[in-house]
Amino acid sequence: MAEGTAPISPEGAAIGRPIARDDGVAKVTGRARYAADCRPPGLLHAVIAPSRIARGRVTAFDLDAAMAEPGVVAVMTPANRPPLAEDPDAKTAPIVFRLDLLQDDRIRYAGQPVAVVIGETLEAAEEGAFRLAPAYAAEPALVDIDAAEPFVPETVGLGAPVERRRGDVEAALATAAHRVQRRYETAAQVHNPLEPHAVVAVWEGDRLWVDTPSQNVARAQRRIAGLLGLPPDHVHIRSPFVGGGFGAKAFPAGPQVLGILAARLVGRPVKLVLSRAQMFGAVGHRAPTRQTLRLGLADDGTIAALAHHARVASSRFDDFFEPAAALSGGVYAAGAVETTHEAVRLDIATPVVMRGPGEATGSLALECAIDEAAAELGLDPLAFRRLNHADTEPISGRPFSSKALRACYDAGAARFGWAGRPLAPRSLSDSDGRLVGLGIGTAVFPSMMFQAEARALLRADGAAIVELGAHEIGQGAATALRQIAADALGLPLSAVTLRTGASDLPDAGGAAGSSHTATAGSAIHAAGTALVARLAALATADPASPLHGAGNAVLFAADGALHAGDGRRDPHAAVLARAGLGAIEARGAAAPDRAARASHAMAAHGAVFAEVAVDPDLGAIRVTRLVGAFAAGRIVNPRLARSQLVGGMIWGLSLALHEAAQFDPATGAIANADLGAYRIPVHADLPFVEALLVAEEDTLVNPLGVKGVGEIGITGTAGAVANAVWHATGVRIRRFPIRIEDLALAMPGREKEDDA
Amino acid sequence: MRRFAYLRPARLEEALAAAAEPETAWLAGGTNLVELMKRGVARPARLVDLAGLEDLATITPLAAGGLSIGAAVRNADLARHPVILRDAPILAEAVLSAAAPQIRNRATTAGNLLQAPRCAGFLDPGAACNRRAAGSGCAARGGDGRDAAVLGATEACIAVHPSDLAVPLVALDARLRVAGRDGERTIALGTLYGADGASTLPPGELVRAVLLPAEAAGFAGHARYLKLRERTSFAFALVSAAAALRIAGGRIVAARVALGGVAPRPWRPAEAEAVLAGAVPTDALFRAAADAALAAARPIAENGFKIELARRVLVRALTLALRGTPARVPALAASPFAPAGEGARHG
Amino acid sequence: MAKVPVQFTLNGSEKAEFVESGATLLDVLRDKIGDTSPKAGCRQGTCGSCSVIVDGELRLSCLTLAETCEGASIVTTAGLAEGGVLHPLQRAFMDAFATQCGFCTPGMIMAAKALLDRNPDPSRDEVVEAIAGNICRCTGYEPIIEAVLSAARSNSISAA
Repeated sequence: MAEGTAPISPEGAAIGRPIARDDGVAKVTGRARYAADCRPPGLLHAVIAPSRIARGRVTAFDLDAAMAEPGVVAVMTPANRPPLAEDPDAKTAPIVFRLDLLQDDRIRYAGQPVAVVIGETLEAAEEGAFRLAPAYAAEPALVDIDAAEPFVPETVGLGAPVERRRGDVEAALATAAHRVQRRYETAAQVHNPLEPHAVVAVWEGDRLWVDTPSQNVARAQRRIAGLLGLPPDHVHIRSPFVGGGFGAKAFPAGPQVLGILAARLVGRPVKLVLSRAQMFGAVGHRAPTRQTLRLGLADDGTIAALAHHARVASSRFDDFFEPAAALSGGVYAAGAVETTHEAVRLDIATPVVMRGPGEATGSLALECAIDEAAAELGLDPLAFRRLNHADTEPISGRPFSSKALRACYDAGAARFGWAGRPLAPRSLSDSDGRLVGLGIGTAVFPSMMFQAEARALLRADGAAIVELGAHEIGQGAATALRQIAADALGLPLSAVTLRTGASDLPDAGGAAGSSHTATAGSAIHAAGTALVARLAALATADPASPLHGAGNAVLFAADGALHAGDGRRDPHAAVLARAGLGAIEARGAAAPDRAARASHAMAAHGAVFAEVAVDPDLGAIRVTRLVGAFAAGRIVNPRLARSQLVGGMIWGLSLALHEAAQFDPATGAIANADLGAYRIPVHADLPFVEALLVAEEDTLVNPLGVKGVGEIGITGTAGAVANAVWHATGVRIRRFPIRIEDLALAMPGREKEDDA
Repeated sequence: MRRFAYLRPARLEEALAAAAEPETAWLAGGTNLVELMKRGVARPARLVDLAGLEDLATITPLAAGGLSIGAAVRNADLARHPVILRDAPILAEAVLSAAAPQIRNRATTAGNLLQAPRCAGFLDPGAACNRRAAGSGCAARGGDGRDAAVLGATEACIAVHPSDLAVPLVALDARLRVAGRDGERTIALGTLYGADGASTLPPGELVRAVLLPAEAAGFAGHARYLKLRERTSFAFALVSAAAALRIAGGRIVAARVALGGVAPRPWRPAEAEAVLAGAVPTDALFRAAADAALAAARPIAENGFKIELARRVLVRALTLALRGTPARVPALAASPFAPAGEGARHG
Repeated sequence: MAKVPVQFTLNGSEKAEFVESGATLLDVLRDKIGDTSPKAGCRQGTCGSCSVIVDGELRLSCLTLAETCEGASIVTTAGLAEGGVLHPLQRAFMDAFATQCGFCTPGMIMAAKALLDRNPDPSRDEVVEAIAGNICRCTGYEPIIEAVLSAARSNSISAA
């Protein structure tokens, strides 16, 4: 922080402290109220009937059978679905996804809602949905990313360029002393927050109350209001607790709107909760990728050319193209660099952002390719990474606002014990004969920021209420943002109440893109600054104040009082009391600093080190150690930050070794659509995971100097694990997640070796 | 799910009478049946709960030697029962490698043996499945076939049997005591499974107990279950093997071998046992036994790897069995990463 | 088909409900009684978030038919705190930062309680095994292990 720009107390009384979670009691007692926990009087239960085919039409329902089930109240189909004010396929805003809201009989992916059955009980609605037995006219479906015809989309991600170039990659490759070209495959994945999407909808005339988990209540409010033709302020969205989102709740999904429409249809409150199988359908996923890395290397070990090309999949009817290659423009110095994408359209649901969208899969491929290049040159993979450290952002030439990656390499390597790692693969084994390998990956995630507003109210008793539509999705936002609020207002934590998670509050931006603390926190900081300025104006103008006549600029707020540099102070409550005010309020807004972002690249960085043990005959892999060191600007709450980083690292491990949604080529449906067959790791699969926080100061990224920690952990880690597997076995598997058989059969069986 | 009548008889005769009605299912732990009912795969009109039948839940010695394991003995109780740990610790190792603690607290011995396949086609009531509806076809044949059987698959069904417990039980020549309205009979566990793995018991018959023969205890000192799986908990076997040896004078006096995850039913390769019997244990012998066990294997689609993996898993299981049963079931039961070298308790 | 009467004890209180055929214990607890501490993460026995203790044994309430619970004694996370004082496990979960989104938390706490009830001094491996049926998607497992071990330690101290 530059001095004198903010009334945050110099020490940061609350920021930086590992205080316990504000929502801890609610969560450990089971009292935290998630959407599906709401039970308004007269509640009915709605159940989605999903399509079993991936392409075609619904030709009939057995409505009589469904309605004959005792307790079934109504069946909502395209024939009787309440009207919408907007076509759910219309692009009504720059970033809006097409929704399946029973607009017609057309089916465009397996799992698409084809009807909603509403019952007095959940059991009745479920049995009604079973009895509905839709009949289909199926058409051949294509779900194989390798079999479809590619094209070049206009943009990738949420409006990012599909191609970026700096220098002449082809020329640099042609003249490079060494060339490495490798292709990597990553599987489709599904967010699977433990809390399924749920909606409890209550209509009162033309007002709508919606309890639903959301990573962006303001966006959900706009979308739902638009679809229903309501003024946005007639749509009240409440989302105080979100049982995980990971991107799946960043945009309102079709089933949530269907629950609202079902309530409209029957004129009673309705609860609709997705089944776990339905979580593999209409609420988004991470697209599979096919990625090709081409590197040109000089004899001195520097990278002359780096080209990253990704093929990604989207649905036939909407655009979300995983920007898998994009991050390669910002990680390693290269004489020439390019990132390019192509896409295919498949008969699948539209993919959506999922923790590290593009960065996760792209980092996995990049870090493997970098490792393969180091091996080609006979260099230590950490030394190779250090040698090619990007002092400026390679794709743009911009300097970084801050970058403590070298310190991350140092700290991580020291903690992990990288020194002395043998260069050659298949060099290490443990006492049980398992092959041991050590791998590294560089972690990087852009430091994004969006627009947000907040308001702060200081009461006569010196306590404050800070309000904004921020989102507690498990990351600890409610706690971290309150820490920021306390410092911004110069109040002890005990005097600050934070209200979040509702669309009636100021728009705080979404909990996505690892930007929430930066975005919402900056708005809180601005609101606090404005409020303290008002308070200071009152005090300095008040002859009875000890601060009378002191200039505003030299005042700061701390410990519930305004302070002058010379030791004079005036408590907040005293200022208000003398002014005869019951409370004062201030609003603040935050937005990215466009000038700073034009001139500087902004990203968090890290280094992840993995140790694996591999059974030499059976190919079974265990990650035995995982250490990450991360520099992410100012850390608001180190315990919460570490939880985020460790969680991300385990997602990275899972990307490398566990999670794959398997599309059945025959039906187009995801064949393993449950948590038994879609294998999210349990603790028994995991090593002790350690995340070190490396100090980093950044005066440009935002007024608070914070970068995000929500997603960076997944980057670097997946590659580190894959590289450790190679180092253990000498076998490079390029299809992820690594399957037991791919590794086992690529290794000679030990018994066979004995014969030789 | 379909509405059903729920009955909880207190006596076996009542239970058998109740089960004689059509569309009746036995309810034991419910961990598989209730899931199938929720999916719409099982739609019974009546459930006969076995919870009231006390004698189904005990483990008792048999007069002629061996053990009777009640059909309703919970998996968790089986895995910690001192007599099982003494006479057949391989059963504990297999059970503890399966499912998750909550499931093992409820799932029963017979329920485990009779559990339904995990084939996606079977589990989707809208898909064609000969096992669910004879003659309807097999949706799994269009899939990638990774999980399909490589031994004993039929034209009708390529799903593998999901039970871990059944694998060592088949190896150890377990039998079943089965009750019907006409009385009781005993059958070999192997004959419980038809060619497609489905139960051969007529509707209304009830497994009362699993009978472990006296000879089983002779293998207790050299018996291991090894399971290759893709998550350390709640994952079915990609391939698994039970290997039990009786060793005397440096020779294998008798061998019992079975494979899981490779066939529609727990697979007992007599050929492998014949290779092992009477021989001096060596790596080469174990490889020969594994080759014999998989000689008839044929891939369905993209699952040829299973044949080689099964060979290696069996070789490893035999190697571990030769080393001796550990004094305690390892924390990561049946895992290739279970701590080794805890010392052979039975020598 | 008529609804079926079922009586059981929930966290020490007698409950009598008419339940639907096919209703699970999870649905009855949440929708009829209003104890929403057990969470419905998958409703098919694969995630552990609905775990409750029935007659001293850790169970998945989503796979437990309500009709089978006649006469049972059921404990949920909502019943752990006594007189406003948190149970040692709840305290330990808070202190160890063992909650993130919180959706798995009640099930985790039940799994931990079932473990400590029969094994007051578990090893680390035993804790890992005890929560092997509970998925945490935020992947905050390590603090959960720490919390359970810490609660066990504090129990043994207070018992000493």
